[in-house]
Amino acid sequence: MEELLSVQNLRVSFHTYAGVVHAVRGVSFSMHEGEVLAIVGESGCGKTVTSKAVMRLLDRTSAKIDPASSIALDGRDMVRLSKRELNRLRGKEISMIFQDSMTSLNPTMTVGRQIMENILTHEKVTKQEARRRARELLELVEIPDPGARLENYPHQMSGGMRQRVMIAIALACKPKILIADEPTTALDVTIQAQLLDLLKQIQKKTGMSVLLVTHDLGIVANFAQRVQVMYAGVIVERGSVRDIFKAPRHPYTWALLSSVPGRALESKSELYALRGTPPDLRLPLEGCPFADRCEYCMNICRRESPAEMPVGEGHWSACWLCHEMAPAVEPPTGIGGGSHGGT
Amino acid sequence: MAEREILYDVQDLKRYFPSKRGMVKAVDGVSFQIYRGETFSLVGESGCGKTTCGRTLLGIYEKTGGTILYHGGDVDKMSKGERRRYRKDNQMIFQDPYASLDPRMSIGTIIEEGMRVHFRYTAEERRRIVAELLHRVGLPSEFASRFPHELSGGQRQRVGIARALALEPEFMVCDEPIAALDVSIQAQVVNLLIRLQKELNLTYLFISHDLSMVRHVSDRIAVMYLGSIVELSDARGLYDAPLHPYSQALLSAIPQEDPDVDWAARRIPLSGEVPSPVDAPAGCKFWKRCPMAQDCCRRERPALREILPGHFVACQRAAEQ
Repeated sequence: MEELLSVQNLRVSFHTYAGVVHAVRGVSFSMHEGEVLAIVGESGCGKTVTSKAVMRLLDRTSAKIDPASSIALDGRDMVRLSKRELNRLRGKEISMIFQDSMTSLNPTMTVGRQIMENILTHEKVTKQEARRRARELLELVEIPDPGARLENYPHQMSGGMRQRVMIAIALACKPKILIADEPTTALDVTIQAQLLDLLKQIQKKTGMSVLLVTHDLGIVANFAQRVQVMYAGVIVERGSVRDIFKAPRHPYTWALLSSVPGRALESKSELYALRGTPPDLRLPLEGCPFADRCEYCMNICRRESPAEMPVGEGHWSACWLCHEMAPAVEPPTGIGGGSHGGT
Repeated sequence: MAEREILYDVQDLKRYFPSKRGMVKAVDGVSFQIYRGETFSLVGESGCGKTTCGRTLLGIYEKTGGTILYHGGDVDKMSKGERRRYRKDNQMIFQDPYASLDPRMSIGTIIEEGMRVHFRYTAEERRRIVAELLHRVGLPSEFASRFPHELSGGQRQRVGIARALALEPEFMVCDEPIAALDVSIQAQVVNLLIRLQKELNLTYLFISHDLSMVRHVSDRIAVMYLGSIVELSDARGLYDAPLHPYSQALLSAIPQEDPDVDWAARRIPLSGEVPSPVDAPAGCKFWKRCPMAQDCCRRERPALREILPGHFVACQRAAEQ
């Protein structure tokens, strides 16, 4: 598989009145053709900032991407492209769908025009041709009666329908990469299931790569092939979807997986709950960002930040427990795998 | 089950909202009982009427029809003094921990506000009780002098719980208490709610769309669709063997956290979307989307019937099987 996107040492900080917030603190990853890569984590872990940095959608006045970072899309460095060059890429090579379809769509334009806008910006086609393609796209996202729906304004559609329109706009120019930032979070479960099916099926059909950003582990398990778990601006564990769900190695991943009540759990029993809250991102990190909340914390965890250590084929964990000198520990009950001090 | 004390007996509760397009039948004739000390949950998708149902139960919305018996007495016929006591004994925890705390009040003032109305404590006593309550919900007592903006979402939700507990209630409506929180914080708050229930013998009406959490906290569950209860059962009966086609589809739509499970294959797909509560279809409200619908479903609205012991379902087809 060819490498499409390569992010190296991405650092993003926000300059606010309260100080400089280091939201992303050195994230590197790559994406290959046709794969679905998920970034999971809780609010404020930097997953959305990472995806917006890749699209270069961050506000230039407050957000600063460190000049040493590189985001290579098909060989071009997104960090150094001019606005014009970016506009040529965005919507064509790489597209994005957002969580909130009500604020992401233009309320004063019909959905037909919004889809056509993307096509007409990037391709030399007539309006009739663009309109015909817009109709096809609505068919592709399974909106009933697409011809009539082209004339609708966003407020005339339901939330699930608007999300489908947003997908249609994103897919209009057959992008190589689709970034989906919490694409189904605002929807009800049955509508969410319909939409995930649709995304999966389109992904298979077109072979595009999807960067899925979400906090919902259920969605990740059902859609992604590779997963990276983020915490406090860094990737703490990465691996295949089976690695992460069946044999996770980072205590934060354990906590994420066990705080959701599983079927086997006795009703009203105590859920596994992390103590405390994530660290203040304005402060410099000393040691492991998770140390304060980790029940396996050792002396070294507070002094030195752990590098990502390989724990299996394509599976890394940034945790001192995975070091060969670390003691063996038992993960919480119900979690597969475990840490056995090195590999 | 006969010896269990019924706290709430709700019969044919209705709440309609007038709108330009017609009457929105948000809660359209629901009946259920809540036993003392249990967690009774209402689940369903947005717009199914679960929140309206909880609010109407507590009298936050005036009901359009039906009766609510509380400890066997009709809430409409309470005297002024009884009503005052009722207001104290029945509390609510809200979904949005940001909007439900007054930003200009300190945490201590927020928690003691209800006590000032209902109890005759001295300032000294109130301060002591606030400190106790903060401790009880897992916050340091110094928080009494802080303001809501200084707190995280999980901490704010704990303050909301402390505020409700300040009145020594016996019943709490928890309306999506964890929906706005991160997963790791959700577990903390749910653990707290479960612990408080055991310690204080509280009764909860838990309203949520998070089906895995509902299974974990509930004794009995009612599934709502378009203002009606379509199925009512103990938690195990519902999750192990849902009878109503809507409950079956809803439960099968929960993404499983296991990459080896072929979720798509096990799912029962539902066509279309929930119709508007203004023009719900005649007959069974679900028939247009129901994979099992027959002629009888279009004509008659099915009543909630007990099919297995303690397991009620409003579906003619499920009743036949």
